[in-house]
Amino acid sequence: MNRSRLDLHGAPYFFVTPFFLLFAVFGFFPLVYTAWVSLRSWDLTGDAGFVGTANYQRLLADPDFWNAMLNTLGMFLLSTVPQLCFALVIAGLLNRPIRALMLFRLGVLAPIVTSVAAVAIVFGQLYGRDAGLVNGVLGLVGIGPIDWQAGKGSSWIAVASMVNWRWTGYNALIYLAAIQAIPRDLYEAAQLDGAGAVRQFRSITVPLIRPALIFTVVMSTIGGMQLFTEPLLFGQGDISGGSLRQFQTVAMYMFEQSFQNFDYGYGSAIAWMIFLLTVLAGVANALIARRLKGGI
Amino acid sequence: MRTRGNALVYLTLIVSLVLSVFPLYWLFVVATRSNDVIGQLPPPLIPGGNLGANVSRLFGAEDAHFALGLVNSMVASVAVTVSVVFFSSLAGFAFAKLRFRGRNALLLVVLATMMVPVQMGIVPLYMVMVKLGWQNQLQAVVVPFLVSAFGVFLMRQYAERAVPDELIEAARLDGCSTFGLFVRVVSPALRPGAAVLGLFTFMSTWNEFLWPLAILEADNPTVQFSLSQLATQYYTDYTLMFSGTLIATVPLAVVFVLFGRQIVSGIMDGAVR
Repeated sequence: MNRSRLDLHGAPYFFVTPFFLLFAVFGFFPLVYTAWVSLRSWDLTGDAGFVGTANYQRLLADPDFWNAMLNTLGMFLLSTVPQLCFALVIAGLLNRPIRALMLFRLGVLAPIVTSVAAVAIVFGQLYGRDAGLVNGVLGLVGIGPIDWQAGKGSSWIAVASMVNWRWTGYNALIYLAAIQAIPRDLYEAAQLDGAGAVRQFRSITVPLIRPALIFTVVMSTIGGMQLFTEPLLFGQGDISGGSLRQFQTVAMYMFEQSFQNFDYGYGSAIAWMIFLLTVLAGVANALIARRLKGGI
Repeated sequence: MRTRGNALVYLTLIVSLVLSVFPLYWLFVVATRSNDVIGQLPPPLIPGGNLGANVSRLFGAEDAHFALGLVNSMVASVAVTVSVVFFSSLAGFAFAKLRFRGRNALLLVVLATMMVPVQMGIVPLYMVMVKLGWQNQLQAVVVPFLVSAFGVFLMRQYAERAVPDELIEAARLDGCSTFGLFVRVVSPALRPGAAVLGLFTFMSTWNEFLWPLAILEADNPTVQFSLSQLATQYYTDYTLMFSGTLIATVPLAVVFVLFGRQIVSGIMDGAVR
């Protein structure tokens, strides 16, 4: 009796303990510790003491940080907006009675199994200045070779295309799942009222999959703020993101300050700033997506 | 009218399919050819016979430690996957089907931890590793990831639906202990959910890049780290880089070909609810 009581009341805690134990050490503790480190001056020689908000003040006045911020936002917009629009269109198409449905679903999802490093290497070559396939094709229609890495706009487009390529199919499947949960009689009623396919899509589908829209927008925001591998490998491993920092993201800047300049205090302050801005952007995006009520 | 509409649907889908798959196919083509393939117009679209030569050059490439990277990634991915699936099933089952004090509060903690980006803690995590003496050690890319909040959440959702309460009560009446219950009654019911979680965990561990780059050195890399070394050192030797990228993608491609349907349905019913 005693043993089974212990089993009944103790077992649940025993089952969830491994998660909380490991998370406390390797997840929660580093997080709190980041906040503490960000308030200190900390370099290769070690902890040099409490400096209050000095790291944050430096951050606010640091043009390199704001440049990285601008780059991150630019690439985020260039990847998220087209990505989600295409995903929506593809989901709408995949919801129709078509042949070889599974083939199309698997096909658009294939990019997700590729690693970011692989994507960055392949696209880095495709966007090469002298021998890249993209410039080759553009050359056929008379557009001169573009040095994709050189400018802000062109490098942002190149990096954003890697993100778009990798995630569009994934988002399309999420939308498709949401679309399939919409009751069919809504469409039948709309059809009786003479609404065409496009009208039905705008007035029924889009409003009713709002939770999925919000979910993908928030996930894209988190991913966008953490953009790191694509721009890093696009610039052949240059952590400063090009000679003029034209495509350095905030995550790269944090890595540069922490692990290249060994300024751990400053790096931690950047990490907290990224976190804060991610939360802000996520909330703002969710609010905007929520307002997409009666069609766009 | 109807056929024209349908033709447009198929055309759009086929174009998206080609765009999705072409970079992967191009990866394969370049990996099997020699360097003169780069810059040719129109680009050669048929694989060549150079894969073997490229691969042997790849494994001989100085300072890339590609073979070690493959082994390291395989060990890390398998260890993390087994652990995440086991502990997530255990905790997910407890949260879904067992009553205990503080359950809702603890579950809320799990959910909250899902929102926190990993990058946040990378500097102090690095310091923790330095304290433990785990710099450049494989356990540094394994141990912090042995549990996953996402996994616990996913398995809780799954257990909620897949394990009938009557089954648990019946097993209890037969004198089954709680762990026995988990092993004999719950685990089999959780298997499809666990398979999807395992696939996702394996893929994300295999693809992890930022953390290995921070904590490991070039002489003891994971496969993605090793790839980035190739890309920075040999960035004009495309066939070498591409054959490395191809090999690093093969395990995931195999997983995808074997379990693609499960992955599709996992995404479609896991994400939004």
